[in-house]
Amino acid sequence: MRQVFVKALCGLAAADERILLLTGDLGYMALEPFRDSFPARFFNVGVAEQNLIGMVTGLAEAGFRPYAYSIATFAALRPFEFIRNGPVLHRLPVRIAGMGMGFTYGHAGPSHHALEDIAALRTLPALTVVIPADSAQASAAMEQTAALPGPVYYSLSKDDRAVVPDLKGRFELGRVQIVREGADVAIVSMGSISTEAVAAALELETYGIQASVAVVSNFNPDPVEDLAGLLGGVPHVISVEAQTLSGGLASLVGVVIASRGLSCRLWPLAVRTSPDGLSGSEADCWRRHGLDRRAIVDCGLSIFGGPARCARASYSGRPSE
Amino acid sequence: MLAGTAKTSITSLTSKRIRQVILQQSKRANVGHIGSCLCVVEILCALYNRVLHIPSAADPDRDRFILSKGHAALALYAVLALKGWLSKSDLESFCADGSLLGVHPEYRVPGIDFSTGSLGHGMSIAAGAALGARLQQSGRRVFCLISDAECNEGSVWEAAMFSAHHRLHNLTVIIDLNGQQALGRTQEVLDIPNLKERWQAFGWRTTEVDGHALDQLSSSLNAQSQPGDAPHVIVARTIFGHGVSYMMAGKALTQTHLSDQPVNWHYLPMSDEEYQLALAELETAG
Repeated sequence: MRQVFVKALCGLAAADERILLLTGDLGYMALEPFRDSFPARFFNVGVAEQNLIGMVTGLAEAGFRPYAYSIATFAALRPFEFIRNGPVLHRLPVRIAGMGMGFTYGHAGPSHHALEDIAALRTLPALTVVIPADSAQASAAMEQTAALPGPVYYSLSKDDRAVVPDLKGRFELGRVQIVREGADVAIVSMGSISTEAVAAALELETYGIQASVAVVSNFNPDPVEDLAGLLGGVPHVISVEAQTLSGGLASLVGVVIASRGLSCRLWPLAVRTSPDGLSGSEADCWRRHGLDRRAIVDCGLSIFGGPARCARASYSGRPSE
Repeated sequence: MLAGTAKTSITSLTSKRIRQVILQQSKRANVGHIGSCLCVVEILCALYNRVLHIPSAADPDRDRFILSKGHAALALYAVLALKGWLSKSDLESFCADGSLLGVHPEYRVPGIDFSTGSLGHGMSIAAGAALGARLQQSGRRVFCLISDAECNEGSVWEAAMFSAHHRLHNLTVIIDLNGQQALGRTQEVLDIPNLKERWQAFGWRTTEVDGHALDQLSSSLNAQSQPGDAPHVIVARTIFGHGVSYMMAGKALTQTHLSDQPVNWHYLPMSDEEYQLALAELETAG
């Protein structure tokens, strides 16, 4: 969804002269359309993410709508405090695009795996956090959030071709998008790994298990009502995310279940290890962390008495190695 | 209520009055950071009397001032109160429960452009503000006051590099060179000798002044620059606790177990005796 991000941004910028794009020296073969269309509104601040976020704070106060771009770990984690004390504290319309959600940059290794950005940033209630599941949804989300008066963080995947079946570009702040119905178990997913969730639901159907799939695409506002409605009608929910267990999607789902007194049981599939030094393709990382369609299917089967291959999904609270 | 419009003549804004307010309010609230506030009084006095163009606190084309060494906020509150932007009751809410006037400045207070308090944050905001003014073809200027120890922060140098590379001539940074930091002398904690030369090496125009000499400060702050010029840094040599002799000497009069070191007045509130002595000294000095 990288090309889509830039295309959508160019469209927005054509209609709004306040839009600027600042990059921390990243975006090769991606940001050029903006740079070439709006050269006076494009700035490469160099490899300096704290300054990147500080600068967009100063620019937004002056009346601009600046977008800051970098790889997600560098855009969100290095300058976390600058985000908190800058656009969030000042309630300024800064947009931060973190490229490479989850294991998008799998081969680049742990420094590039964005496993904590969403969990960290959703702790800031004044910051809208957007996690598109595919390109069409990314485009819709950018348009729908462009005019928000406060700051927005976009967690983006690089892949422009992946499509979540039946999502069809739907996006609404504070809502979940149901892409598949099923009464036995709900699968709630976040981000590009939603393609795995849908694939797993299709496979579970071959075992006679009807799984619904709901895509969560934003925090702040959290889609609490939609989740409560969905989870009030199923005995089990599997959450799926390429994000740390603490603070990510599973945390939201757990809070909704507990605070609403629902009897639905949560089976959280999330990243449970600290960076381990291993790299690999996105698919390989999903597999090793027990997040891919195979792991989701195994979890669904074990819930309903199949082979007990889903130890990962039961939460002991014990830190993994 | 926070007023946000000037009601009194700026002729009431003198270094002595600012210091009196700092002492009164820090005593009333029983808080420290007094030494840090006292040493930037002339810098603020010069800025707000002779340099900053601020028709109103909400004017979008006003000059911007960022107090990046946010722990000196009381000195800024004193200035805003003496200018009439803060009422007496606002000022006396300093450090009260639920007040917007904390130890570090909050942008929701009229006259304060940005919240600060985390050292190393203000410079990059200032760089963005200066770039914004240029893009809007505005003649407004951006001033940022940082401390010498703040130059420990890498983010200061990130912003310094950007500002020099893009020739942000409308940006002026003032460094409060008081030689102190939270746990001792900068020379002992993390020495940064040749500060002026370091900034020169980063591509800045540099000036060094006596940070308590209003004329020197005003003239360097008002120095003309043209598009294409480098940004300007003013290294202002100051004395921690300036104006109160026992603070300048680092003596805690009523806590005799403490050794004499200026950093005491980074933290200590004043006893009654110390407060009376400080006020009397200000009065005598005229």
